[in-house]
Amino acid sequence: MPKTMLLVGTRKGCFLVESDDRRAWDVRGPFCEGWPVYHAVYDPASQTIYAAAASEWHGVAVWRSSDLGETWELSSEGLSHGDGGLRLSKISTIAAAHGRLLAGGEASGVFESRDGGRSWALKSTLDAHPAAKDWNDPSKQPPGHLGVSAIIPHAHEPARFWVIVQGYSLFETTDDGATWTPRNDGLRADWPRDYEDVGFCVHKLVVAPTDLDRMYQQNHCGVHRSDDGGRSWTEISEGLPSDFGFAAAVHPHDRDTFYVVPLDPGHARCMPEGRAAVWRTRDAGDSWQRLDRGLPQHNAYLGVLREGMAIDTHDTPGVYVGTSTGQVFASADEGDSWREVASYLPAIASVEVATVE
Amino acid sequence: MAELHLPATLLPLFRDLPRRVEVEAATVGEALALLEERWPGLRDRLCEPGPELRRHIHVYVDRERAGLGTALGPRSRVDVVTAISGG
Repeated sequence: MPKTMLLVGTRKGCFLVESDDRRAWDVRGPFCEGWPVYHAVYDPASQTIYAAAASEWHGVAVWRSSDLGETWELSSEGLSHGDGGLRLSKISTIAAAHGRLLAGGEASGVFESRDGGRSWALKSTLDAHPAAKDWNDPSKQPPGHLGVSAIIPHAHEPARFWVIVQGYSLFETTDDGATWTPRNDGLRADWPRDYEDVGFCVHKLVVAPTDLDRMYQQNHCGVHRSDDGGRSWTEISEGLPSDFGFAAAVHPHDRDTFYVVPLDPGHARCMPEGRAAVWRTRDAGDSWQRLDRGLPQHNAYLGVLREGMAIDTHDTPGVYVGTSTGQVFASADEGDSWREVASYLPAIASVEVATVE
Repeated sequence: MAELHLPATLLPLFRDLPRRVEVEAATVGEALALLEERWPGLRDRLCEPGPELRRHIHVYVDRERAGLGTALGPRSRVDVVTAISGG
């Protein structure tokens, strides 16, 4: 019987939260020897879990498990900028598609593995753009800099994918990383920018599976929609309690249904007024609905990071949110109602969901 | 033979890696290269490109702070320490 498995990357290892019916959930872990895990994903093609980790002591590695977490191996072979001056402090994101793995890290770089994570090769540092000298300058980086914070493969075209360079830009490549085009037209930045085409703080990008030209993003400055595959953006923040947030998710069967978790934009970066809520639009951002049934409404100063929300592919999709204080909330009814399914995990960096046999 | 004492955090990462290893090596770097031959990937857990020791890995040879180039005597004790406590 297929089960739903949440892959939860935390400050102290990877956890698996599993259910046969999306009502009763069990937690397994911690895995990866308690290393900080920035992003964990499941590759259905190879039936393997991959977890991007960085130990303060032992450096960067990608852990993998081909038996649903029973045993794990790690490798960092090739995960390096070499002796050229850039230092790889972490792998921030990992994506599996088209028979390979792509990983993004800090200092900004895209790495590729074609042997199931046993070895890696540096694919690109996106350094053709003059802003690269700025995003690799430690004096200009925010605390906890992620570098390449996300990689989003195209569903059908292996050579086409998008990356986010934290604090600077969404980039698209159509030639497998040989060249990159900034995709920030229509975005907003509330600070002076040194370059015309970059300097926009993209937190999270999602693509509607039912219409690959339909994209949404949660930006540092607003929530935005694209109807042309990221070539232009329209702000859709009106109606939300805050234009700031990190996480986002798009409905697997309806391109117009999209979720965000608005946060206070100041230093706290937690849910406004201590009342937890996920917000949903069913009309591509024309209107928004607050979803809070089952979520804590008193003194709940919860944060959710950029990879902290996921949505499954059931006919009635489940939505999952992990907080930076270690709670996992699950909804089996598209966000209408929620249950707390894990309460005391370490700080959560990422939540992904998979259906496994 | 120099005697290497490794941090406990390394043991779960490599099959059959003991806490204490004896090696015939002229320097710390050479000792780690020998360990790398037996346990591929181990040097990467202790060293960064350069190569140099990772920032929070400290090595002591006969109780003196050491680097990769530090010479080893025939009976040197080498302590490899994870230098921060975490939290």
